[in-house]
Amino acid sequence: MSASITAAIEDGVLPTLTALLVALVAGDLLILSYGQSPGEVWRLMLSGTWGNAYGIGQVLYKATTLVFTGLSVAIGLRAGLFNIGAESQLAAGGFCAGALGLLLPAGSTPWVAIPMCLVAAMIGGGLVGLVPGVLRARFGAHEVIATIMLNFIVLAFLNWAISATGLAVPETLHTPVVTSSAIPRLSAYLPVFHGSAANGTILLALLAAVVAAWMLFRSRFGYELRAVGLQPLAAESGGIRVPRIWVMSMVLAGAVAGLGGTNFVLGYKNYFEDGFSGGAGFLGIAVALVGRNNPFGVLLAALFFATLSQGGLAIHALVPKQMVEVLEGIVILAVAVSVPEVRRLLRARPVRAAATAAVSKR
Amino acid sequence: MLGLLLLQTLRIAIPYLFAASGGVLAERAGIVSLTLEGFMLSGAFCATLGSFYFGSPWIGLLFGVAGGAVFGALHAVATIRFKADQIVSAVAINLMVVGLTRFFLRLAFDSSSNSPRVAGFGGDGNAGALATFANPLVWLGIVVMPVLAWVIGRTRFGLRVRAVGEKPEAATTLGVSVSRIRYGAVITSGALAALGGVYLALDQHQFTDQMTAGRGFIALAAVIFGRWTPVRAGIACLLFAFAEAVQIQVQGAGVLPSQFVSMIPYVLTLVALAGVVGRAVPPAALGRTEG
Repeated sequence: MSASITAAIEDGVLPTLTALLVALVAGDLLILSYGQSPGEVWRLMLSGTWGNAYGIGQVLYKATTLVFTGLSVAIGLRAGLFNIGAESQLAAGGFCAGALGLLLPAGSTPWVAIPMCLVAAMIGGGLVGLVPGVLRARFGAHEVIATIMLNFIVLAFLNWAISATGLAVPETLHTPVVTSSAIPRLSAYLPVFHGSAANGTILLALLAAVVAAWMLFRSRFGYELRAVGLQPLAAESGGIRVPRIWVMSMVLAGAVAGLGGTNFVLGYKNYFEDGFSGGAGFLGIAVALVGRNNPFGVLLAALFFATLSQGGLAIHALVPKQMVEVLEGIVILAVAVSVPEVRRLLRARPVRAAATAAVSKR
Repeated sequence: MLGLLLLQTLRIAIPYLFAASGGVLAERAGIVSLTLEGFMLSGAFCATLGSFYFGSPWIGLLFGVAGGAVFGALHAVATIRFKADQIVSAVAINLMVVGLTRFFLRLAFDSSSNSPRVAGFGGDGNAGALATFANPLVWLGIVVMPVLAWVIGRTRFGLRVRAVGEKPEAATTLGVSVSRIRYGAVITSGALAALGGVYLALDQHQFTDQMTAGRGFIALAAVIFGRWTPVRAGIACLLFAFAEAVQIQVQGAGVLPSQFVSMIPYVLTLVALAGVVGRAVPPAALGRTEG
């Protein structure tokens, strides 16, 4: 138990703190270069996000999508596969949910219509995940390249589907409003959130994290998935069908990312819009990385990155909001750099201490 | 008509050729090149800055190359010195460059979309053959792949690049410093890819937000489709550019929606990866952090 706590501190807490420190310093430099006071800008970022109900609601809304894309990337990484495709899986999921929502009659029972759209979103995202999974399992094609290429293919296809087929409202790149299966906003039950985009999908995100944690750490499939991710050859010798796990984990990763599309399509705007994913899929990589591929870590990391991106809007009067994009990049790079470095330093210390002890005994 | 088509193909291909040459070099040394997009964008922005403040496209060129080399060095330090995951580092650098160019676009030019007009090479927009060939970067772009083929295939440095990309342990045994060769390859790769962005900015006489628009990833597709060899990657760049040029020519004719034309490089790369027409096999040590 204590060993696993030490490991959690090594892997999660120390690199994250390092990254935050680096990002804070870099942010200070950017703010100073713009001739503003860092203290004031950071204060504004906090008060614009966690300082009022609207800000909190917006952070929760943004975090919801990031939980799904972060879980998607984390599931892939646990299986040893780097899913860069969450962006297009998210978009495809949103498209399928929106398209099915339009087909269903306006007066459908929500308890039937919403689950149907959720399943459609999972199928849409899952299909996009299936392709790199099969390419990997069947042909050994690297999933990073496959998912990147597929991002461009799927996003171009969706752009065509919305602009060239008469699906969009004229002069726009979005579908008509889906009335059959809207997920209610939080403000419908908690009036303080009035005006913010936070909606019922957040409960789905929490549920997804719990289910993902159970699946990864308590189920047989999760055990096999993690075994494949740690050491595919050993897993194969142990009787696990590795290609099958690759395909299934990519489908699952795609389905989870696809489900994230409902946050915008069913919960916020109630229509599919070209480009709604807006980088949330790529940010999912950051969320999984900072959350150390642990579903509960993903929840915290999603809140952190959602705070940053909402905070960018809050500080825009003083400093360009693009500052947070730089900070996101810095956090990712700093975590990527400090995870192996922290581990190396912590490993080196006991060895050195033991060597010193051995020498001094003589 | 055909002359115009070929000219347009060449103009579209130049940024791909630069970026893909950087991609081939870094990947042959064993470092993943998902960073090409960021390198290009930093090159485009720094070139604009240099040209704006010094009034000379040549200073812009120097700035652009330096900008790409700086981010190449950042990727190199993160992945070689600190053994960070190469893909994560690349994702971070691409994101960071987009943010930095937008931030400094506001700071330097108080705009969220584009810089003012700066001195560039050749005419702007849809210039003819004369203006195209008056641009020194066009000539450089034409020769970059043959030169890289010679460097990788015929020089000592090239041999070492291939050695550290295929079998770093063997290279170490022979007394070659794996990290030094990789530093050289990745920093040069940043400078080369940046030239693609420099070409875009100085050809259009300005920087516009995210002006590279995914070209770095098309270049990466060309690297893979060209199976990591300079000449084949160069041909892939020309092929992808030709498809785009044809699409521009037949626009509105309703032959094939532009979105499907834009998919061509990516679909071809997936097909190449799946090994339908000759298997694309990456350098053996590509992406490995130990080494």
